[in-house]
Amino acid sequence: MEDHIIDVRNLSKQYPSGFQALKQVNLQIKRGEIFALLGPNGAGKTTLISIICGLVNVGEGEVLVGGYDVVKQYRQARQQIGLVPQELAIDVFAFVWNTMVFSRGVFGKPRDDAYLEEILKALSLWDKRHAKIQFLSGGMKRRVLIAKALAHEPEILFLDEPTAGVDVELRRDMWRLVEKLRQRGTTIILTTHYIEEAEEIADRIGIINNGEILLVDNKRDLMKKLGRKQLILQLQQPISQLPKELQKFVFDIDEDGKKLTYDYDDNQSNNNVTEVLAAIHRSGIELSDVQTKQSTLEQIFVGLLEESK
Amino acid sequence: MNWYAIKAIYLSELHRSWRTPLQSIASPVLSTSLYFIVFGSAIGSAMTSIGGVSYGAFIIPGLIMLMVLTETTSNASFGIYMPKWSGAIYEVLSAPVSAFEIVVGYVGAAATKSIILAMLILLTARLFVDYSILHPLWMMLFLVLTCITFSMLGFILGVVADGFEKLQVIPLMVVTPLAFLGGTFYSISMLPEFWQKVTLFNPVVYLVSGFRWSFYGTADVSLTFSLVMISTFLLIFLLFIWWIFKTGYKVKV
Repeated sequence: MEDHIIDVRNLSKQYPSGFQALKQVNLQIKRGEIFALLGPNGAGKTTLISIICGLVNVGEGEVLVGGYDVVKQYRQARQQIGLVPQELAIDVFAFVWNTMVFSRGVFGKPRDDAYLEEILKALSLWDKRHAKIQFLSGGMKRRVLIAKALAHEPEILFLDEPTAGVDVELRRDMWRLVEKLRQRGTTIILTTHYIEEAEEIADRIGIINNGEILLVDNKRDLMKKLGRKQLILQLQQPISQLPKELQKFVFDIDEDGKKLTYDYDDNQSNNNVTEVLAAIHRSGIELSDVQTKQSTLEQIFVGLLEESK
Repeated sequence: MNWYAIKAIYLSELHRSWRTPLQSIASPVLSTSLYFIVFGSAIGSAMTSIGGVSYGAFIIPGLIMLMVLTETTSNASFGIYMPKWSGAIYEVLSAPVSAFEIVVGYVGAAATKSIILAMLILLTARLFVDYSILHPLWMMLFLVLTCITFSMLGFILGVVADGFEKLQVIPLMVVTPLAFLGGTFYSISMLPEFWQKVTLFNPVVYLVSGFRWSFYGTADVSLTFSLVMISTFLLIFLLFIWWIFKTGYKVKV
C-alpha cells in the first residue's frame, strides 16, 4: 500500500456566496514527492490548499494529513505543514529574525537559532536578518515568507504560486532549495502558472478546473499518454501545394511554403512516420532540415481545459 | 497546550509595542500627566476634598481607569486587526494552536501592556499628587481583571472591524464617554438623584468605584457589586470570543 501523506476524500466546498469551489475532490499525495497542482484562476487550487492547511473550513468530505484528520486532529495535522501563501501577507513592521522566531514558536517548536540561520542562509537572507521587512524588495519579502514556512521543519511544504513576480535569481534559489528539501524527504505541493516549471521539477501533476480534479498522473506518463509529436520538415525549395505522393497525409504548410508539419501520436506503432518519410523521398522534395518536437505540458494542459468545457 | 505558540504570540505582540514606544507608552503617560497637572495640582488645589480625600488624589484611580480602558481596547483591537488586514493572520490560523491559545497570547500581551502602562501612570502621578493605596492586592486584582476584560473587548473589535475607522469607533465614541461619565472626576453622590440613578446604568461606574475603593476605602457602589460586574463583562466577552472561533465569524469561511 502506498504511503499517502495527504489524503483528500470526497471534498466539496461551497462558500456562503453560493459559489461551489470544490466538487467531490479526491486526491492523494505521496510522501516525499513534488506534486504540481495546475489550473486556471478560480479553478479551486487555493481553496483546496487552504482547506488542507486549516484556513478554510471543510465543507463535505474529509482530509487527512499524515493520517490525521485536519478537523478533529488539527494539531498533529498542521504541525506537518508549512505554507507559502500567494500574497505577500506579512507584518512589514517586524524584523526578519523576529518573524522567523515567531513562526517557529507558533508552530509549537522550541527555539533553534542554528536551524533558523541555516534556512536564512539558504535563502540568501542571513545578511538581512536585522532588517525591517518593509524595507525589503518584493522578491526578498517572498524569500522571507518561504523561510517562515520552513521555520518549523515541516514535512509538507505548500507553495502557492511561489514564483509569481519574482526574478530569475530567486526562482533559481527556490528550485535549488526545493531540490534540497526533496532530498531530505519533504513533500512539496506547488501551484504555478509557469507550467514549464512544473514540467521541470514535478514528479506528478494534477489538473483542476471548476472545482474538479480532471486528471492526476505521473509527469512522464502524462506526457506520454497525452503528448503529441510533430515532424517538421524544412524544404530547400518552396512548394505551393502538396505533391500527389503526400496528399494522403495531413500536412500543415507554412505561408512561405518552405515548412511542412506533420502531427503524429508517439505511442501508436502505426504512426506512419516511416511511410511519410518514404513518400517524401518518392515525391522528390529536397529537405534542408528534419526536426521532431514533443508537445509541452502547457499544450496538454490547455487541451485538457478545452476538453472539459 | 501549545506553550511555545502562546509564548510566540505573546512576545511578538509585546515587541510590537516596543517598536512604537512613543505611541504605546509615552503618549498615554504624557496625556494622563496633563490631567494630573490641570485637575490635580492646579484646579484640584482650589477644590474641597471628597470623602476626606484631596481632589488631586481622588481622581487618580479614575484617570488610570480611563487610560487603561481606552488604551487596552484600542491596543488589543489593533493587535489582531493588523494581521487580519495584512493577511499575515494566515500563519496563526494555519498553526497547530487552539482558539484558547490564540486568545491567551493576544489578550495576555495586550493586558500586560496595559498593566505596565497603569503602573507607569501611577508612578508618574506621584510627581504631582500625594496618594496612598489602602488595599494594594485588591488594587492589582481590579487592575488585572479590567485589563484582561477590556483586552478581550479589543480583541473582539479587531476581529469584527472591517476598516481602520470602525476600529476606533468603540474606544473613542463609547468607552471614552462612559469612562468620563463613570465617576472619573467626581463621586456619583455629587450628582442630582435622577442622574445618580441614570449613572448606575453605566458599567464603567462599577470599575472606577471598585478601583477607587482599593485606594481609599470609599466607594460609590458596593465592592461585591463591582466585582460581580467586572466578572460579568469578562464572561460575556469570553463567550463572544468562544462563539467567534466556534463559528469562524470574520475569521474563516
